[in-house]
Amino acid sequence: MVHVPQEALVAAYRRQQRRRRATVAAAQVALLAAVLVLWELAAGRHWVNPMLTSRPTAVWQTLTQMIASGSLWLHLGVTLRETLVGFAVGMALGLGVAVVLWWWPALAEVLDPYLVVLNALPKIALGPIFYIWLGHERSVYGMAVAISVIVTVVMLHAGFGEVEANQILVMRTFGATKGQILRKVVIPASLPTLMAALKVNIGLTLVGVIVGEFISARAGLGYLIIYGGQVFQMQLVMTSVVILALISALLYLAVTWAERVVSRLLHLPPRR
Amino acid sequence: MSRPRIALEEVWLTYLTPRGAVPALAGVNLEVYPGEFVSIVGPSGSGKSTILSLIAGILAPTAGRVLLDGEPVTGPSQRVGYMLQRDYLFEWRTVQENCLIGPEVQGQDLGRARERVTRLLAKTGLSAFADAYPDQLSGGMRQRAALVRTLAIDPDILLLDEPFSALDFQTKLMLADEMWSLLRAERKTALLVTHDISEAISMSDRVMVLSQRPGRVKSVHEITFAGPERPLPFKARSAPEYSGYFQRIWAELDQPGR
Repeated sequence: MVHVPQEALVAAYRRQQRRRRATVAAAQVALLAAVLVLWELAAGRHWVNPMLTSRPTAVWQTLTQMIASGSLWLHLGVTLRETLVGFAVGMALGLGVAVVLWWWPALAEVLDPYLVVLNALPKIALGPIFYIWLGHERSVYGMAVAISVIVTVVMLHAGFGEVEANQILVMRTFGATKGQILRKVVIPASLPTLMAALKVNIGLTLVGVIVGEFISARAGLGYLIIYGGQVFQMQLVMTSVVILALISALLYLAVTWAERVVSRLLHLPPRR
Repeated sequence: MSRPRIALEEVWLTYLTPRGAVPALAGVNLEVYPGEFVSIVGPSGSGKSTILSLIAGILAPTAGRVLLDGEPVTGPSQRVGYMLQRDYLFEWRTVQENCLIGPEVQGQDLGRARERVTRLLAKTGLSAFADAYPDQLSGGMRQRAALVRTLAIDPDILLLDEPFSALDFQTKLMLADEMWSLLRAERKTALLVTHDISEAISMSDRVMVLSQRPGRVKSVHEITFAGPERPLPFKARSAPEYSGYFQRIWAELDQPGR
C-alpha cells in the first residue's frame, strides 16, 4: 500500500486556499487604488475636465471639511433616520397587510389585480403627490414606505401561501385556532421569506429616501447631491455619492448579519 | 361487547369540485371497540383517508353519522390523535418542543404534558434527541417523534394514515413492532389505514376491506393467531395463519385493471 501523508496534503490544501483568498483581497484593493489613481491623474493632467469629474483629493478635502463643520453628521443623520424609520414602517405595514390577506383569502382574491398593478407601478412617480399631500419633510417618509411596502406584502403573502399544507393539517388535527396556526406555524415557517424581504427592502428604502430628498428635502444626502448638481460643485456630489455607497453597504451588511443571527437562534428552515 | 368507541353509520361523503360531484364514500358502516386495533385496506382512491378525516372532525359527512362513544363528532377532539404519512415536524422546534405542540394548542397542563413526552421519548428511544432539531434525525426517528407528538395529548383513539409508507422496509418492520406494543401497553384504540395487506394483517384484530371508489366496506376479517398471546407484528408475518388471511384479503381487493 502506498503511504499517503494526509496531514501534509491537508496543510498544503489549506495553504493554497489561504493564498487564493489573499490574492482575491489584494486584487480588490488594487482595483480600487487603480481607479482612484487613474481618476486623480486624469483630472490633474486635464485628460478630462476636472470641473465635470472632480477628483479624489477634492472629495477627500470636502469630506474633511464636512466632518469639521459637522454638516456631514447633519445630512447623514437625516438620511439615516428617514431610511430606518421608513424601513421599519414599511416592513411592519407590509407584514400587517400580508397577515390580513392570509386571514381573509377572499379579500386577497379581490385585491390581487390591484396589488399586481401597484407592485408594477414605479413608486417614484408618486413623489409629487406625496410632496403635495404630506409636505416637504414627511413626503420623504411617504416615498420610503411606498417603495417597500407593496413588495413586502406580495413577498410575504406568497411566502405564507407556500407553508407546507400538511404542517397546517397537523395543527388542525389538534384543534388549533386560526390565530394559533398563524403564530405557531405560518409566521415561523415564513421567517426566511421575511429575512429575504428585509434584504430587498433596505436597498429599496434607501432609493425611496434619496428620491424623496431629490424632490423636496432641505437636508440629507439626496438633498446634497441635487444641491451640488445645481450649483455645479461636483466634489460635493461625488462626496455624497461615496458616503451613500458606504452607508448602503453597511446597512446591507447589518441586515445580512441580523439574518444570520436570527436564523441560528431560531433554527430556521432554509428558504424554499 | 361494549359500546363502540368509533362508529360510522351509513356515512356518505361527496367532494364538490368545479367539474362536478365526486363521491368518495357511499354508505360506510364500521365499528371499532375500545382497545381494538382495526385496519382499513383498499385500492387507492377508495376513500380510506377520508374516513380518518371524518373521525378526526376535519371533514363533515355529506350524510350519515360519525360517533365517538355514541356522541356525534362536531370538530377536532382532544380524544383523537391523528398520525399522517409523513412526520411534518416543525424544523424550527426541537423534538421535545414539536411533541408539545398538541398540549400547547389545546391549553393542557404543560408540566404534565412534558412528563408524558419525556416518558414517551424514552420508550421510543429518543431521549438523547429531545433537544435535537428534526434535521438531525433519521426518517425512522422522525416518524417516532411524530408518534410521540400524536400521543402527547393522551388520546384514547389513534388514527394512523399509512404511517410507515415513507420509511424503508427494515425501519418499517421495526417501527410497526414498536408502535404496536406501545399502543397495546397504553390501551389505545387504533384505526390504521394502509394499502399494505401484510401490515394490516400483522397488526390488527380486524381488517376491513374497502371497495373501489366510491368506498363501501366490502368485508371484515377477524384476525386471530393460535397461542396464548398475540404475536408481535413481525412474528405474525411468519405465523401459519398468516398466508390464509393474505390470500383471502388479496382476493377481496379490487385489483386495478381486473
